[in-house]
This record gives sequence, C-alpha cells and structure tokens, in this order.
Amino acid sequence: MRLEIKNLKFGYNSKPVLKNINMELSPGKITAVIGPNAVGKSTLLRCIARIVKPEGSILLDGKEINNFKKEDITRLVSYLSQENPARAVLSVFEVVLLGRIHSLSWKVSDDELNVAWEILKDMGIHELASRYLNELSGGQRQMVFIAQALVREPNVLLLDEPTNNLDLQHQLEILDLIRDLTRKRRISTLITLHHLNLAARYADKLVVLNNGEVCTSGNPESVLTPETIRSVYGVNARVNIGDDGIPQVTPISSVRSMRLA
Amino acid sequence: MDTKAKEIYGEITGRKYALIVLFVAVCVLALIIDIFVGPAWLSIQEVFSAVFLANASDPITHVIVWTIRLPTALMAIAVGAALGIAGAEMQTILDNPLASPYTLGVSAAAGFGAALAIVLGVGIVPYAGEYLVSINAFFFSLLTCLLIYFIGKARRVTAETMVLAGIALLFLFNSLLALLQYIASEEALQAIVFWLFGSLLRTTWPKLAVVAAVLITVVPLIAKDAWKLTALKLGDEKAKSLGIDVEKLRLKVFIWVSLLTAAAVCFVGTIGFIGLVGPHIARMIVGEDQRFFLPMSALGGAILLSAASIGSKVIIPGAIFPIGIVTSLIGVPFFFSLILTKRRGYW
Repeated sequence: MRLEIKNLKFGYNSKPVLKNINMELSPGKITAVIGPNAVGKSTLLRCIARIVKPEGSILLDGKEINNFKKEDITRLVSYLSQENPARAVLSVFEVVLLGRIHSLSWKVSDDELNVAWEILKDMGIHELASRYLNELSGGQRQMVFIAQALVREPNVLLLDEPTNNLDLQHQLEILDLIRDLTRKRRISTLITLHHLNLAARYADKLVVLNNGEVCTSGNPESVLTPETIRSVYGVNARVNIGDDGIPQVTPISSVRSMRLA
Repeated sequence: MDTKAKEIYGEITGRKYALIVLFVAVCVLALIIDIFVGPAWLSIQEVFSAVFLANASDPITHVIVWTIRLPTALMAIAVGAALGIAGAEMQTILDNPLASPYTLGVSAAAGFGAALAIVLGVGIVPYAGEYLVSINAFFFSLLTCLLIYFIGKARRVTAETMVLAGIALLFLFNSLLALLQYIASEEALQAIVFWLFGSLLRTTWPKLAVVAAVLITVVPLIAKDAWKLTALKLGDEKAKSLGIDVEKLRLKVFIWVSLLTAAAVCFVGTIGFIGLVGPHIARMIVGEDQRFFLPMSALGGAILLSAASIGSKVIIPGAIFPIGIVTSLIGVPFFFSLILTKRRGYW
C-alpha cells in the first residue's frame, strides 16, 4: 500500500513540531527517518498512526486517510510506540494476541492462536509465551511489542526505535525480520532509528528530519555525507563506503565544545 | 497447523479456569457456612429443610433462615462481588493500584448522604420512608462519580486527573460528614457511626434484588469490552495504536463502575477494604487478562466479604460485630501474606 504525506503540519500546544512534511512510502520498501533528538521523528509516526490529528493530508493508495473507517485504519496501519509498559500482569501470548484485538472474541479462535504463535516463533521468543510481561527484561519486552505490531499483518508498518533496549545480535535479527516481512508482504515500512549505520544497512530510503522539516532524503549513499551529518547533527564524521556498497559512518567529534572550562 | 500454539495457550488459560472454578467452590462454601453461623446456631438439617422443604421445618428456624440468614449471606456475596468488580475496573481505567470506591471518595460521599438523611431527615426523594438513608447514599455516591466523570471529561481525560479529583472529593465529603456529626444529636451521631461501620444486618430481599439487578445488568456490559480493557493495561499510547478510543472507553466503564459502587455501598454502608484488595488478590492469582481478572475480582470480593460476615458472628458468640470492622481485620493479614509471598512488579 502506497502512503503519501502532503504538507503535513503538527504542533503540541501551538508550538510547531512538524512544519511542512512531504514524503512517500512505497510497498516493499523500508524508509528510515533519522535526525537529532526532538526534531519530530516520533511525532511524525504518531500523526500517521492517528494518535494525534495533524493538518495536511495523508493518503493511502491515493485515498485520504480521514475517509477511512477507524477500524480499517487500525487494520491497515500498525504502529509500535517507543514506551513499553513494565507493570502489566499479562502473559506474552496474551499481549501478542491483543494485536489481533479486532477479531478477538471471548473464546480465542485457533486461527488467531496460530497467527500469534507463528510470529513468536519467527522472532524466536516462543519460549517466553507463558511468562508474564512484568517478569521480562527491557529487551525481551521490546521483542514482545514488536511481535504485537507484526501480528497485525499491516499494510503500513510504523516502528518507533524498534532496536531500543536490544543487544547487537537482536538488533540485526529484528531488522532482518522486518526487512524480510516488508519485502514478502509488500508492506510500506517506516522506522525511526538513531543508529546511522543500521539505518544505512537496512533502509531503502533515508529521510533526514531537522527543525520539523525534511532536510534531505534519498538512498543511504546519497544522504549520508559528512556535510549532511555535520549540518544536521553538528558532528564531524568520516563516511566510508564498505565493500558491500553500504556507507559506514564513524563519528569523530562534536562541532560544539562541551569540555570543562 | 501447529498444535503447539493451542497447547501453550491451553496451559496458560487452563490453569486460570481451574483457579476460577476453585474460587467459585470456596465462595459457595463460604455462603453455606454464613447461613449456618449466627447467634442461633443451626444444624445442617435445619437449614436444609428450611431452605428446600418449606412446610416441614420449624417455623422459627424458617423465619431466621428466610428473613435474616439467606438474604444477609447472599447480600455479602453480591456486595462483595460488586465492590470487587468496581475496584478492579477503577484500577484498570485509572491505571492506579490505589484506586477503589473508597480512595476516590465514592464511599465518603455515600456516608455523607446517609448522614444527611439521619441527622436532618433530608432526602433526595420525598416519602422514601425506610429507604431514605439508602437513596441518599446512592444519590451522593453517584453524584461524586459524575463529578469525577465531568472533571475528567472537561479536561483531557487522563487517569491522573480523575484520581486527583476523586481524592479531593474524598476530603470534601469527609469534612462535610464531620460537620454533620458535629451538629448531630447523640442518637443521630450513634446512627451515623453505626452506618459508617458498614453492616449487612439491614438487608431485606428487595434491597438484595436491587444490588443483584445492577450486577446482572452491568457485568455483561463490562465483559463486552474485556479485550479493550485488557489492552488499556498496556498504557494509553499502545491502546490507541490498537484502535481503541481510550477516552470513550474510560468514561463509559466509569459510569458502569459508579452504578455498581453506588448500589453496593448504599445498602450496607462503607465497606472500604474490599474494592481495593479483591482486585489485587485476583491480579496476583490470574493476572490482568480481563476475561479472568473480572470474574476473579468479583470472587475475591465476594469471598472476603462472606468470610468477614462469618467472622463478624463468631468473634463474640451471640453478638454480631459491624462487618466493616471485621473486613479489614480478616482481610489485611491475608493480603499481607500474599504481598510477602509474591514477586515484585505486580503494581
């Protein structure tokens, strides 16, 4: 499903966060939003997920998202927020099943159980199925909520910092899985990432957000240049193109000095 | 097709179903004992014939069982269940482990309403007769809930706003109640104090019918939203991302909970502890999947109040203690034992 964003504006308490966003997500592709803290990366995802209502238009396959029924939007668009609850006394299986809430009845059908179980297995966390959420580590909880986002079988997948709390191996495994699913199911995937090298490795397209606007976008090789990194992040960095053609960013120093006087 | 999915899920839910069945059995047992025990101890035979063989029993036993023991014992179950559910859903929608009809001022408002009737004879409905106190209590607890509701609605309905509003109202009604106590005559003061202790002794069949009717009406309405309420435990953002209209759900369930609380509290007085502890017991035993959490909170509340009712009759043989006092005396040690044996992280 193609997703277009046109002239999107949003602010909290009349303080503008997103000033004028135009971008497009294509099916089967991962787009990564990068940029410094507080530039509106999460807010952009929240706007698309209809957690908040922005100005401007969001089109799904050319059709204005406001014209969709609410339940259709939640079926089509799946959103992983950044904060995970730590206290809920729910088993992992129950949490993942909640991703299917629109088709759940009091007695859960075998089909629903199987869909949830398959995702747990794909992610390698099926051993945790009967454990309570409040007994898990932060990284395990993150895996559970990624599973909840994926079990919805969405057409548009929005993931806010999916690699949060994950160790190196899990970061790569999760992003591999997301890439496979994106391609296989023709999902339009939008993720926010702080880690530039992961973004370069996994995204088909990078969008750099700064001051509430898209400052540049395109494939990782064209976007990740020392000049862009310096102007957006205020960091001097070296960018090497690896043997696999993927840019590698090595940060060297901050432009601004934070030393003790 | 993977049978493993069904197997694991069956293990998770099977254990919870078994626990619910066990608690239903305990609840029935408590009910039966509650009918036997009292100033006049009855034998199994006497109770059985009074309940099931109307003509064959001794008339006095018949009267004791039918006008006192049965309605009182059933009222303990009904009120306990209502308070258990009310507390469970308040804790769920307000995302606060301290929320209960007592902590949000609903019970205090009921107490004030009752005192108003006792001291000034002022009723909301004229000619209410013996129901004056109950109707007043009902009205004021509902009024408090509606106030919290509208404060929640006027501001953006966050759980914190509603909890704070509830606590403020608790203090307000406590002051108003103290004011009434200050100006009350000695007899009226005694009546107020006794009402505030909470008591099942004023139970009649019509009162029981009211509480039961509210329970039977409201519980299916809450159960209908069971999955949504479970999702709410994941926080507003997650629930919204699952397509749930969080504000609407919160306000809707709050209305159902208000009705339950008002109906339960208005006839038996302020029995505070049940609405707080019933849900915590349920949470520790079956977790927060509402399909199990809801019935288990009801059972937890019902068993606690039923046990307290039994306790209130056996502490001093021949006398009946106010149940509100006994509830905490019996409930707190039990609750402490649960807290100390469970791992951290349940609230």
